[in-house]
Amino acid sequence: MTTSSLASTASIRRPPRGGTTGGGLGGAVATALADGVIAAAVAFLFTLPLVGLRTEIAIGGLAINTRFVEVAVAVALVFLGRFGLSLSAAGYPVPVLAAALAVAGASLAIDFPTAPLQLIAVAGGLIVAMIAGWTAYTGRSTLSRAERQKRMDAIGAKVQVWTIWLAPIAITFAVLLPFLPFADRRFLDIAILILTYIMLGWGLNIIVGLAGLLDLGFVAFYAVGAYSYALMAYHFDLSFWACLPLAGLFAALAGLLLGFPVLRLRGDYFAIVTLGFGEIIRVILLNWYQFTGGPDGIAGIPRPSFFGLAEFIRRPRGDDVAFHQMFGLDYSSLHRMIFLYYLILALALIVNFFTVRIRRLPIGRAWEALREDDIACASLGINRTNIKLAAFSISAMWGGFAGAFFATRQGFISPESFTFIESAIILSVVVLGGMGSQLGVVVAAFVVIGLPEWFRELEQYRMLAFGAGMVLIMLWRPRGLLSHREPTITLARRRFGRAAAATSGEAT
Amino acid sequence: MTAPDDWEPHGGEPRGLAGARPDAGSAAGRPRPLLTVEHLTMRFGGLVAVSDVSFTARDREITAIIGPNGAGKTTVFNCMTGFYAPTTGRLALDTGRDVFLLERLEAYKIARHARVARTFQNIRLFAGMSVLENLIVAQHNKLMKASGFSVFGLLGLPIYRRAERAAVELARYWLERMQLTEAADWQAGNLPYGAQRRLEIARAMCSDPVLLCLDEPAAGLNPRESAELSELLCFIRDSHQIGVLLIEHDMSVVMGISDHVVVLDHGCKIAEGPPEVIKRTPAVIRAYLGEEEPDDALAVAGGDP
Ligand SMILES: Nc1ncnc2c1ncn2[C@@H]1O[C@H](COP(=O)(O)OP(=O)(O)OP(=O)(O)O)[C@@H](O)[C@H]1O
Ligand SMILES: [Mg+2]
Repeated sequence: MTTSSLASTASIRRPPRGGTTGGGLGGAVATALADGVIAAAVAFLFTLPLVGLRTEIAIGGLAINTRFVEVAVAVALVFLGRFGLSLSAAGYPVPVLAAALAVAGASLAIDFPTAPLQLIAVAGGLIVAMIAGWTAYTGRSTLSRAERQKRMDAIGAKVQVWTIWLAPIAITFAVLLPFLPFADRRFLDIAILILTYIMLGWGLNIIVGLAGLLDLGFVAFYAVGAYSYALMAYHFDLSFWACLPLAGLFAALAGLLLGFPVLRLRGDYFAIVTLGFGEIIRVILLNWYQFTGGPDGIAGIPRPSFFGLAEFIRRPRGDDVAFHQMFGLDYSSLHRMIFLYYLILALALIVNFFTVRIRRLPIGRAWEALREDDIACASLGINRTNIKLAAFSISAMWGGFAGAFFATRQGFISPESFTFIESAIILSVVVLGGMGSQLGVVVAAFVVIGLPEWFRELEQYRMLAFGAGMVLIMLWRPRGLLSHREPTITLARRRFGRAAAATSGEAT
Repeated sequence: MTAPDDWEPHGGEPRGLAGARPDAGSAAGRPRPLLTVEHLTMRFGGLVAVSDVSFTARDREITAIIGPNGAGKTTVFNCMTGFYAPTTGRLALDTGRDVFLLERLEAYKIARHARVARTFQNIRLFAGMSVLENLIVAQHNKLMKASGFSVFGLLGLPIYRRAERAAVELARYWLERMQLTEAADWQAGNLPYGAQRRLEIARAMCSDPVLLCLDEPAAGLNPRESAELSELLCFIRDSHQIGVLLIEHDMSVVMGISDHVVVLDHGCKIAEGPPEVIKRTPAVIRAYLGEEEPDDALAVAGGDP
């Protein structure tokens, strides 16, 4: 991350060069060297205090540890990256491509002082290789902003058209996933986590992406769902299957209650108040000790049964049958995992199909109209309050379902799980994916949840990388990765091919 | 603000203004009054944007409101359509079946129940949605009922699909009338300016109004487009039999098609009457051109503001 961000800082200061420069190879190398040295100097200034010095708790107070090797490696990497980029921009992308790939490959083999540095070296090498490859391919070093935007839009539009085929393929893959050879416990765990966030993202997409209301307190409904299930199971001994609809219902009710006072507000005020509500719910959970168990949370939440027919346990009580006996299998703790996986997959797909359908109904169109211009909505006789309330409580309901699932999966919940950062992550899934785009949520969930989870070894650095990634996307693609929108209804029967004609002609 | 509960569900009885309903068809044989504005005043702090304005807009007539910049024309519209709560005054809309007191209703109820549709001076389309979608959203309440508040729609029942097809047919009618059929599936924000203006009028018409209020529909149009607009407004008045209230600076449009003209200046009504009379009223000419009075002053004033 250091490599690319510093490289881009350095490139801002210099005007972009075209494919040909007067000086030939010698001149190009000289300027690239100069670029590299400047970038390395900047990197040195930053990394020396941030990486080079580290306070550690020692006997009798704090001690300062120096890590100059790491600094040297980081500075060298920045130098190499910037040097490569400059050289590639000066008209020598092919050698840079080869060198960058070689560096990335070598970095895998060499021992680095720390794992993050190794990752930076590999990723940086690949990024430089990618950029050089792109330059070699197009023959141009830089794309103008508008041009890049247009290309990404075109890609977004294509992907949207492909969704017709992509969706069934992706769903089939998701259904077969648990039976693939590499699907071990950890893999399934991450898959369940990603699916949970996909479901939450799709739920939040209704209010943020469609209705255009920035809800910063979505986690409140997630918490209401989770605690509804946990408390009902604890006090009334209700099963998961009885509680699931109730959890959704309670969350929807909470959405209605919170929505009434809040929905009169607009824009930033709305966002701030929802943020406040999210925190209020968490603080209540934390402090209402007798009811919610406060910071201790609730443990021993029952696991889901196989649709109330059989439990996922080794030795069933009394006359009950266990899942593995029912199907004549050997007991495996993976069965429950797979069942949970299918459960969340089904829940997420229900949310998706619901959203896809409701977008084509008057209420869905009214949500989008509200996002576009709420004054015009009122002038067409649309009751904005009702429409917003519907969006708010339906979003909340899906959040509640996801919460109940979360509770049954974890078996333990506490207010710790429902902090603001959770809202922020769900929101970033929606915003990164492209507001209102269902497929975008899936892609963004993989990027936001999947990648950091996969690189869990990198600890704090993954949050750093997460932040850097967000900044980059905001710079390059402010409207989200896949922000293309297809109309919900068309006059012409088939639109393929018409789109191209449409952009050239003029309406009269 | 006004009391939102004043509105009651549909019924045969006139409401609010019981008994005060004027009889249809006045002595001169003109259509009955549709909108009656009485003593409308709107204050913003110390600024009096509209002061004691009264006028009548009749059914199946085009009533123009003209006046220099800042005269308070748009403010009158905003009071009528519920976006501002007037300081004082009464705005009664008589649909023939019911009388609605607009100053007491919320904006969306005015559009839904009193069926007053409007366009905006600075166009307000659903820019990210397609042209056709804009026209379908305008039929929201009708479709919402047909979709059983989304239940029938989610189930995909034929009752909803029929209603949606009918809505598309209505949209298609207006698209053809506005020469927008080709662009039906485009993003509304990508349309050329003139087409956006036409789309906004089409959208207002799709909400099935009894009174159509247009805020400077000819602004930014070229002379050919203005002429087409005039023709369109006459078509709406004559074929759809509704009242049109028109704010316009383009005198070729106003004087060509209006049945009745109301002139505002600094928030006050300074003249009212048929266009031929208004053209020659000294007060109007003064308001537009200062003290000089050239012969055909208002014809010249056309594109000026
Ligand atoms: N919301 C508001 N708050 C304060 N003042 C306002 C408001 N709306 C309008 N005004 C003021 O009221 C006066 C009349 O404005 P209005 O927009 O009605 O004029 P107009 O006749 O539509 O002019 P134009 O031809 O420029 O559209 C102006 O002085 C304006 O500044
Ligand atoms: Mg105005």
